[in-house]
Amino acid sequence: MSHHDKNMTLTLHVWRQKGPKDPGKFEVYEAKDVSPDQSFLEMLDDVNEELIKQGKDPIAFDHDCREGICGMCSQVINGIPHGGMDRTTVCQLHMRMFKNGDAIYIEPWRARAFPIIKDLVVDRGALDTIIQAGGYTSAHTGGVADGNALLIPKDDADYAMDAAECIGCGACVAGCPNGSAMLFTSAKVSQLAVLPQGKAEATRRVKAMTETLQECGFGNCTNHYECQAACPKGINVKFIATLNREYLKSLCK
Amino acid sequence: MILDGKCPTGPIEKTWDKHRFDMKLVNPANKRKYKILVVGTGLAGGAAAASLGELGYNVEAFCYQDSPRRAHSIAAQGGINAAKNYPNDGDSIYRLFYDTIKGGDFRAREADVWRLAQVSNNIIDQCVAQGVPFARDYAGYLDNRSFGGAQVSRTFYARGQTGQQLLLGAYSALARQIKAGTVKMFPRTEMLDLVVVDGEAKGITIRDLVTGEIRTHVGDAVVLCTGGYVNVFYLSTNAMGCSVTAAWKAHKKGAFFANPCYTQIHPTCIPQHGDKQSKLTLMSESLRNDGRCWVPKKQGDNRAPGQIPDEDRDYYLERKYPSFGNLAPRDIASRAAKEQCDDNRGVGPGGRGVYLDFASSIQRLGESTIRERYGNLFEMYEKITDENAYKVPMRIYPAPHYSMGGLWVDYNCMSNVPGLFVLGEANFSVHGANRLGASALMQGLADGYFVIPYTIADYLARITPGKVKADHPECKKSVEDVNNDLKKFVSINGKKTVTEFHRELGKIMWNNVGMARSEESCKEALKVIPQIREEFWKNVKVSGSGAEFNQQLENAGRVADFLEFAELMTLDALHRNESCGGHFRVEHQMPDGEAKRDDENYCYAAAWEFKGVGKEPELHKEPLKFENVHLAIRSYK
Amino acid sequence: MQLFTSSVGRKVLMAITGQFMVLFVIVHMLGNSSIFIPGGINAYAEHLHALPPLVWAFRLVMLVAAGIHILFGIQLSLENRAANPDTYAVKNYKKATMGSLSMLYTGLLLLSFIIYHLLHFTIRATPDIKLGVDSLGRFDVFGMVTNSFSHGIIAFIYIAAMVVLFLHLSHGIQSFFQTMGWNNDKSLPVFSKIGMIAAVVLLLGYATIPFVIVTGILKG
Ligand SMILES: Cc1cc2nc3c(=O)[nH]c(=O)nc-3n(C[C@H](O)[C@H](O)[C@H](O)COP(=O)(O)OP(=O)(O)OC[C@H]3O[C@@H](n4cnc5c(N)ncnc54)[C@H](O)[C@@H]3O)c2cc1C
Ligand code: HEM
Ligand code: HEM
Ligand code: SF4
Ligand code: F3S
Ligand code: FES
Repeated sequence: MSHHDKNMTLTLHVWRQKGPKDPGKFEVYEAKDVSPDQSFLEMLDDVNEELIKQGKDPIAFDHDCREGICGMCSQVINGIPHGGMDRTTVCQLHMRMFKNGDAIYIEPWRARAFPIIKDLVVDRGALDTIIQAGGYTSAHTGGVADGNALLIPKDDADYAMDAAECIGCGACVAGCPNGSAMLFTSAKVSQLAVLPQGKAEATRRVKAMTETLQECGFGNCTNHYECQAACPKGINVKFIATLNREYLKSLCK
Repeated sequence: MILDGKCPTGPIEKTWDKHRFDMKLVNPANKRKYKILVVGTGLAGGAAAASLGELGYNVEAFCYQDSPRRAHSIAAQGGINAAKNYPNDGDSIYRLFYDTIKGGDFRAREADVWRLAQVSNNIIDQCVAQGVPFARDYAGYLDNRSFGGAQVSRTFYARGQTGQQLLLGAYSALARQIKAGTVKMFPRTEMLDLVVVDGEAKGITIRDLVTGEIRTHVGDAVVLCTGGYVNVFYLSTNAMGCSVTAAWKAHKKGAFFANPCYTQIHPTCIPQHGDKQSKLTLMSESLRNDGRCWVPKKQGDNRAPGQIPDEDRDYYLERKYPSFGNLAPRDIASRAAKEQCDDNRGVGPGGRGVYLDFASSIQRLGESTIRERYGNLFEMYEKITDENAYKVPMRIYPAPHYSMGGLWVDYNCMSNVPGLFVLGEANFSVHGANRLGASALMQGLADGYFVIPYTIADYLARITPGKVKADHPECKKSVEDVNNDLKKFVSINGKKTVTEFHRELGKIMWNNVGMARSEESCKEALKVIPQIREEFWKNVKVSGSGAEFNQQLENAGRVADFLEFAELMTLDALHRNESCGGHFRVEHQMPDGEAKRDDENYCYAAAWEFKGVGKEPELHKEPLKFENVHLAIRSYK
Repeated sequence: MQLFTSSVGRKVLMAITGQFMVLFVIVHMLGNSSIFIPGGINAYAEHLHALPPLVWAFRLVMLVAAGIHILFGIQLSLENRAANPDTYAVKNYKKATMGSLSMLYTGLLLLSFIIYHLLHFTIRATPDIKLGVDSLGRFDVFGMVTNSFSHGIIAFIYIAAMVVLFLHLSHGIQSFFQTMGWNNDKSLPVFSKIGMIAAVVLLLGYATIPFVIVTGILKG
């Protein structure tokens, strides 16, 4: 390998927990011969291959697309969800941001609404529940108007797209000191509130979604803005302001 | 056996409307008595489950991820086609139909493709109604761009995240139905067997990936929407969990597998960086709208790209295909890139790459325009390669990307096993031997929103609902079989990991049954694959047990199926003694290196029937008739 | 009703009541600054108390506001803590501030300060209080304040309380705009700055009084 001389050895402190009710603890592993061009998950793959060969239980972690779009990967690295590289999911984090000899702490998303399934894998079903409460337009399949029947100013379309980029990873919750899913919820509320298609149900939607937020056990937003810092898609907290405004509007109706 | 696709006859532009009228309907009050199992909730499955639930059927939907929103459809970047002709540049349903047939190198069914082109327009309307934020121009109208293989601008897009936005649209429609109680969603659930009772699909056996529980869900019809199989190459642009498992299990229970050798290699992926890599990342093909492909003219020229003057560069696509230039279809662009690299003119590590250069577009349009069009792609490229593509050209290389082959289905999207429907990438129907850019999203949504809701009724109306119960002996047997397989995996306790086997298989497949195949390479693969499979069952190491969350075990099952499927895929590639679309047999090429079809002998869909692991499968042919498009040599000159 | 039960509703109530109190402390600071004008603060106090019904009406409003603010402040904070029970072994904040993370504590400290402060200057029940009238026969607020703050410990308590107030408001003022939904990505940094400047001005405006007295710059 061309980069062999640059390869690193790292000490990993990984949260291991057998199941939801079992106590968890950190285990220490050494990651050897890590190439700077590897992704973080590929580094963990290597550690796991080694563990399997030793007959040990490999580290369980969620992942799928490995290109930063499915939102499946979820690890808190050294205290920051997704590892703290701007607008980057952990699957897109590359090892070149670490130095030889670094100690790395790897923990699961922690929030009451996200119970741990195993090791670094958590149950984020609550995010689906929030969308089910109203994160849609009630369009029937078929029988809708022509796509160009509604003119949508480019700025509105762009604003909606900015909000719609959320990948539902839950890093905002993991990063929020209150375990609040406000950023996630506000992104969907804002996307649909700005588009004419979504306006008809805006009142119902914002009420139902924020209520569900509470029922699912998420905390309240106190404007720490950690969520935006953790968000791999850079979803802006201005959408939380939009949600608040939409909510106040709904109270007046 | 000669297979019949049951396509309606008559003038092609009337076929779908006429067929819809001819099909039976299920009385609204009776719909909830029918239970439909939808496996997979990507574009195809998500759209299907939502639409069927809305109609009033009792739907259960399954996916292996923790949420339906994460299906690999989410990764599609470029866009979705429709024959709207908004830009007034001469598009029409007929042209989209024609382009798709031609793009598929005349190996798809006319009627299916026509229907796809016809409903494409409804898809855009549907998605807009759902709040999908498609790109708009300043006047507020939907914006279009052109995409590989088309000379009209018919591609709708949402920044570089079209698949994501379309999937989230389908997902939100699905969420609405889940809330309404018409759809019951089972995430983190993997289908491991199809239950067939008296020749009809009546259930699936699943593993709950959290608890490890194995159980059967019974229903009146099963709809497979489980995506593609190119992970058989190990390294591909597909997600880590994409597998052939669901389709393969159905195949083993009688469903024919059609054209498994048709796989698509995407020309614009980020080149591999080392042998520890786990997957390849696609850069949207839309980049070819503004990027120019080139390699140094001189072999082994390893000057920095900026140091190579224009006269020493070979803009090989523009040179070879003047009218399509950098927008030549995928198979052509991929092969052309590989040719340059094989000719020792590749760039980057190992010479496995060609340049995709934006310098002239940046000069012409300004960096901000390029940033607006592709900003997120440039960002992604930089994250992976640590290079700034505004300053130095990107390096790209082809990678396995899409599978045109899949389970055989008739015009109703039903397989040869009654009650088993197959939608989206998992079926074989519309893309022939090569898929055009931006048409897989179209197909998934067409199947899910606008085909299955009609065609499934025609089947259901003919059967009595709820005949098979979960305690049926076939269900019990299926659970037992699945359990035995899982026990076998953990009991082998060998020395090699699942990934090692997968990598080994992938290498064989890429080298022998990849972008270019020959009789010799296929025969070699057919020798090696059974050996790897045999070793797998003796020497694989899977830790833990089946009764828990166990990702190794999940992966073992998927790789085991790839090890069986790879053989069929190779066999198909060997039997198809011609080149067409993504299937390139080096023995059959034009003097200029284009694929050379043999319409005399191979103008059919090859549907294989399973006869046992390692046993010769039986070939059934569905002849393809071209009545509306002339069988012609596909030329992109 | 949702105003009192929902997450956003309660936040909005907190924001409005908090902002009420912010307005109060601004006015109160301006009033207190009259201490630097000879005889000013005594005149100011007399004016203020000239209309008892108005005083009591105002006190009632403030009491309700404070009550709502405190009640929901505590309730929301407890909910938030329950929502995030397992803390990380390593936690690295990028945007949250000491002010934002300590709102409940600074709030409760403010509560205890306000109780003390009311006992001190309004009910005038603490032992250090010196009651008297000035040369114009008005109640001598100036003497009372300078006398108290000449005790180092009392001046220190006040200055410390002002730091706590600063922490609370360094987050609270900009937070108000966000909670009310008046933000977009351009205004947020602006409001943040305004909030911070206002909190600093309040800190300096208030803390100067005990400071100049205890250091003997302003003599009683
Ligand atoms: C990187 C990339 C970019 C692309 N870009 C474009 C583009 O720009 N335009 C375009 O038209 N096409 C594009 N494509 C192709 C297109 O995205 C896919 O073909 C299409 O989305 C497939 O949709 P699907 O619904 O058939 O399958 P998927 O979206 O793959 O969904 C499969 C579903 O099946 C489930 N599943 C699979 N196996 C099982 C099992 N055993 N048990 C239970 N559930 C199972 C999964 O959980 C998932 O829900 C792209 C593809 C890739 C990989
Ligand atoms: C008396 C006891 C007090 C307690 C227990 C208390 C507690 C709290 C708490 C827990 C918050 C929520 C944190 C947040 O939303 O960011 C808060 C917010 C706030 N407080 Fe207080 N506080 C008190 C007094 C005060 C006082 C005296 C003022 C003003 C002078 C004040 C002004 C604010 C403001 C403006 C906010 C921001 C509201 C928002 O989020 O929009 N508080 N307080
Ligand atoms: C150095 C700082 C401060 C000084 C010198 C000061 C001084 C005083 C004085 C002299 C009074 C009595 C006025 C009168 O009754 O005639 C008073 C009342 C009061 N002060 Fe302060 N104060 C200070 C800070 C604060 C702060 C920070 C708060 C709130 C957080 C506060 C809240 C009050 C309240 C609620 C009253 C009672 C008003 C009433 O009578 O209704 N003070 N203060
Ligand atoms: S808002 Fe950002 S952090 Fe939160 S779920 Fe969406 S993408 Fe993830
Ligand atoms: S970090 Fe939490 S407190 Fe609000 S602004 Fe973000 S949700
Ligand atoms: S694995 Fe899909 S976003 Fe990381």
